[in-house]
Amino acid sequence: MGAFTFRRPSALPGFGIAFGYTLVYLTLIVLLPLAALVTKAAGIGLQGFLDVLADPRVSAALRTSFGIAFAAAATASLVGLVTAWVLTRYRFPGRRLVDAAIDLPFALPTAVAGIALATLYAPNGWVGRLLAPLGIQVAFTPLGIFVALVFVALPFAVRTVQPLIGEIDRELEEAAATLGASRTRTILTVILPPLVPGVLTGFVLAFARAVGEYGSVIFVAGNLPFVSEIAPLLVVIRLEEYDYTGATAVATAMLLIAFGALLAINLLEAFARRRLGHG
Amino acid sequence: MASPTLARRRAPPDPAGPAGGTTSEPLWLRRTLIGIVLVVLALFLLLPLAAVFAEAFRGGLATYRAAFSDPDALAAITLTLTVAAIAVPLNLVFGIAAAWAIAKFDFVGKSLLVTLIDLPFSVSPVVAGLVFVLLFGAQGVLGPVLQAHGLQVIFALPGIVLATVFVTFPFVARELIPLMQDQGTADEEAALTLGASGLRTFWRVTLPNVKWALLYGVLLCNARAMGEFGAVAVVSGHIRGETNTMPLHVEILYNEYDLGGAFAMASLLAGLALVTLAIKSFLEWRYAGAIASAAQR
Repeated sequence: MGAFTFRRPSALPGFGIAFGYTLVYLTLIVLLPLAALVTKAAGIGLQGFLDVLADPRVSAALRTSFGIAFAAAATASLVGLVTAWVLTRYRFPGRRLVDAAIDLPFALPTAVAGIALATLYAPNGWVGRLLAPLGIQVAFTPLGIFVALVFVALPFAVRTVQPLIGEIDRELEEAAATLGASRTRTILTVILPPLVPGVLTGFVLAFARAVGEYGSVIFVAGNLPFVSEIAPLLVVIRLEEYDYTGATAVATAMLLIAFGALLAINLLEAFARRRLGHG
Repeated sequence: MASPTLARRRAPPDPAGPAGGTTSEPLWLRRTLIGIVLVVLALFLLLPLAAVFAEAFRGGLATYRAAFSDPDALAAITLTLTVAAIAVPLNLVFGIAAAWAIAKFDFVGKSLLVTLIDLPFSVSPVVAGLVFVLLFGAQGVLGPVLQAHGLQVIFALPGIVLATVFVTFPFVARELIPLMQDQGTADEEAALTLGASGLRTFWRVTLPNVKWALLYGVLLCNARAMGEFGAVAVVSGHIRGETNTMPLHVEILYNEYDLGGAFAMASLLAGLALVTLAIKSFLEWRYAGAIASAAQR
């Protein structure tokens, strides 16, 4: 080992300009603006921060956002696992089309998804009309938030598990069957365990996206304070009131709780990978 | 028991396994699962899409076309195209530079840099807008300086572009980095050894090697840039005919109960999403090997 060098020598040119440009652009577009948020948050101080969080409307919005995002990400993970399994393992007409359609929530602008869901699930909409006699109202209730978040979360759940299912070694399944395991037992003990880390990764991505989601939710949520008001909407409302401190505090709380939750789930995932993953 | 197993091994690999075999589910279960997935996806994904077009054309073709003769609608379309035309090339150049530095060289702190590049994906769009208001808004850090020089960033084009660049920041870079890492540096070293200049090596060797991944990244970047709502909503100020992008125009019309106009504009965005998905699927199908992360998406 020679002296410490920042970069391993290479025959290729252009490292300086490419690295320098990357660093400057990253700093200007991402780091500096985020630093403005951190500075502003630090300026509020712990007491000011706690005062904002003590506002029942703020804590209600945070509870709504994180609770429903958790439920939606969990639902999307379950549906995503089954969907990925069907798309990878089974052959049926139109499979390619269905596979391509999974990415629709990625590609469809969130505002478009929002007004479409609101129209569908409104009491006189195509779906809402069928649910109304059952006494179920989706649009303009917390259930509407849930539906919108499952919509945006679904592709994350499917796309993280899909390649893992494709990689499962069929010979392991054959070996299990040869050794007398029933299909159910094979699924539970051979197929599912290596998929757990992937499902958790999908859950993390889906949860992160769902917590911050704004466009598709606000149209279908009803946005009633204490009931169906999400934290990102509260940030926007505070900003429109020129209450920068309030907006920053809610945004910081969102970021902190989200990072905390993601860290916890990442640790769990690393644990699952060690215990359950192959290799 | 042994011979069917051997025969199965030699047969072309059917991903579903032989019907009723020990390594697949019974036929009824397979059909049930396929049925459930198709119904759920139809309800969840296709119905909203169908609703957009059904609502857009509810009043007939004439009403649909009338929605686009509104000067505010045209201004929104122009603004969205302008923003994408600035934001996408900026992130394209950045993506290439970042991928060149990260994939072709080894240096200290590389994984930190990759993490930082991905950072905008884990920030809520609303927070992405907020950070620029805190920086450039009237009460922001640089607000007084900008005002003294008569410059406006927030509630104007620069703010909208900045917010869009922020939320679409990682798209091109994260398509290119894994692919260029896989490709290594042997091709470039060969070209340099044969006397090509660095720039020529890049144009003639590196760029052709990654062109499909580049197109893929630009496609996703553009779709998000044109469709971004949350971040832009925070910085735009919703000035009709001036700072309203297409998604914001959809929101305004919808809130004014002009459903025909809102869904007409939304149908354009939905059309963009469909075209994006079609090209994306085609690229994944035709050039799977040349798009590193296609399998992960």
